[in-house]
Amino acid sequence: MRVLFKMTWIEIKLLAREPVTLVFSFALPVLVLVLLGGIFGHERMDTGAYAGVAMMDWYVPSYIGLVIASIGTVSLPVHLSAYRERGVLRRFRASGVSEAVLLGSQLLVSLGVACAGAISISVLGIVVYGAQMAVAPAEVALAYVVSTFCFVAIGVLLASLAPTARAAQSVGLLLWFVLLLVSGTSAPLDRLPSWMVSLGKALPLYHSVVSLVDPWIGRGTNWTQLAIVAAVGAVATLVTLRVFRWE
Amino acid sequence: MPPVIAAEHLQKRYKDFVAVADASFVVERGEIFGLLGSNGAGKTTSVECLQGLRHADGGTLRVLGLDPLTQARELRRRIGSQLQEAALPDHVRVWEALDLFSSITPGGRDWREVMEQWGLTDKRKASFHSLSGGQRQRLFVALALVNSPEVVFLDEMTTGLDPASRHVAWDLVRRVRDMGTTVVLVTHFMEEAERLCDRIAVMDAGRIVAEGTPQKLVSGHARYVTVMFSADAQDLTWLDAVPGVERVTRHGARVEVRGGGAVLAHVAAALVAHGIAPPDLRVEQPTLEDVFLTLTGHDMEE
Ligand SMILES: Nc1ncnc2c1ncn2[C@@H]1O[C@H](COP(=O)(O)OP(=O)(O)OP(=O)(O)O)[C@@H](O)[C@H]1O
Ligand SMILES: [Mg+2]
Repeated sequence: MRVLFKMTWIEIKLLAREPVTLVFSFALPVLVLVLLGGIFGHERMDTGAYAGVAMMDWYVPSYIGLVIASIGTVSLPVHLSAYRERGVLRRFRASGVSEAVLLGSQLLVSLGVACAGAISISVLGIVVYGAQMAVAPAEVALAYVVSTFCFVAIGVLLASLAPTARAAQSVGLLLWFVLLLVSGTSAPLDRLPSWMVSLGKALPLYHSVVSLVDPWIGRGTNWTQLAIVAAVGAVATLVTLRVFRWE
Repeated sequence: MPPVIAAEHLQKRYKDFVAVADASFVVERGEIFGLLGSNGAGKTTSVECLQGLRHADGGTLRVLGLDPLTQARELRRRIGSQLQEAALPDHVRVWEALDLFSSITPGGRDWREVMEQWGLTDKRKASFHSLSGGQRQRLFVALALVNSPEVVFLDEMTTGLDPASRHVAWDLVRRVRDMGTTVVLVTHFMEEAERLCDRIAVMDAGRIVAEGTPQKLVSGHARYVTVMFSADAQDLTWLDAVPGVERVTRHGARVEVRGGGAVLAHVAAALVAHGIAPPDLRVEQPTLEDVFLTLTGHDMEE
């Protein structure tokens, strides 16, 4: 436990010393929220299960999901594969750092970054765009923890599969962009062609978004969506444990 | 007591390339054991197999009685590793790395002491990427020692160290040994092997070609001494007939006579008999480098 906390604390300090690494997972979703808020911010969903819901009330919780997804698709894979490429993981492993400590510290740091992102998005959405406050914050928090677990597992998996940090970055960005477009985190879902909605439902971010939105707007925890997110995370974890490479 | 390290018929291939063909050696408790060989000889591969960082393809390995592959976790607590190629996160500070690594194995030494010994106290707040090559190297050695290991593997420990730091490092390694830690030292630096190691295994093209104390290797394998002097005499062909002489070479007035152990006495006697008494007559004893040449048939750099 002590090693886990030391490692986590060092990783947090490293982030603070090189804050530019946070731009992608932190500043970009905020920026996209500002832009989309400018376009769709005063509208309501027209059709579908969420007809009548103000777009901003949808966007704010769904962007918490987007922050989490950007950690899992880009920040974490790039970070870990750069560690592997430079020999940092070799060094850790030779000194007896376990998988549990390495990956556990990444999970804790990601929870922290996602939490900071969630707070800034919520403040911005509520104060500037008049989005409603979360109706059930504790249930939103549950969805945030499950989603973070899921995307951290995906992130470590991508890091294990990527041959280099550059490869991790290109693949991750592509993936992130697809997720952004089809998961209800850009144009409202009811305006997307049906094939895009289907693609979105086949990917994890859509389910994270719904599990965050439902408790936020007062519909309570969506256990089905939460279970899907948790299952994706569990599968990714199992695969990762088999394919994780220190060098 | 069983040896600290026993490697029997270690083999390691990378795809079709055989990096270690067949290496067997033992390391006894409390010694500084040197693995000496030229670039690509398979030294790093061998010691990384022993540390459970690479999978050997064949042979039996035991380190502290443990199997490096199946008992890696237990093993890593009890050994220290300074790897030839490794890095730390750019922005991590010296003290943070030492603090983190020492917390992995509770009951080790106080990391501040290790930091002081390896001359890093001034740099305790410096980040890894700002350290010079030699400072990084010392940090890695310090990290290898911070858990008070029973065996420490040092792979090219003094690469990048200036001569003064190198001597300090050698002294510190002797002190580590004197405290009871077994040291496995990988090097291709003859002077280091000769001065520091209690025993050496010479590795060439994936095989151990000789093993013993530096003195024994030199006396056992270097068959020649070289007698040198200056002489103006035109005709020295009679030297070839002197007992023990193997080869005579001349560069102007400089004469070099290579031969077996007793050649100096015979050459000196013959010179005097021919009325020559060179004031600069001297003999050069073989060094580990000569042994290396004899054993491997090539220079270190090849
Ligand atoms: N990961 C690898 N993949 C393929 N070949 C490798 C790998 N690691 C080492 N080799 C090859 O195996 C041989 C032995 O390498 P090794 O690093 O063990 O040599 P070494 O004795 O430590 O040399 P040096 O003095 O240069 O450090 C070299 O020819 C090297 O090219
Ligand atoms: Mg090497």
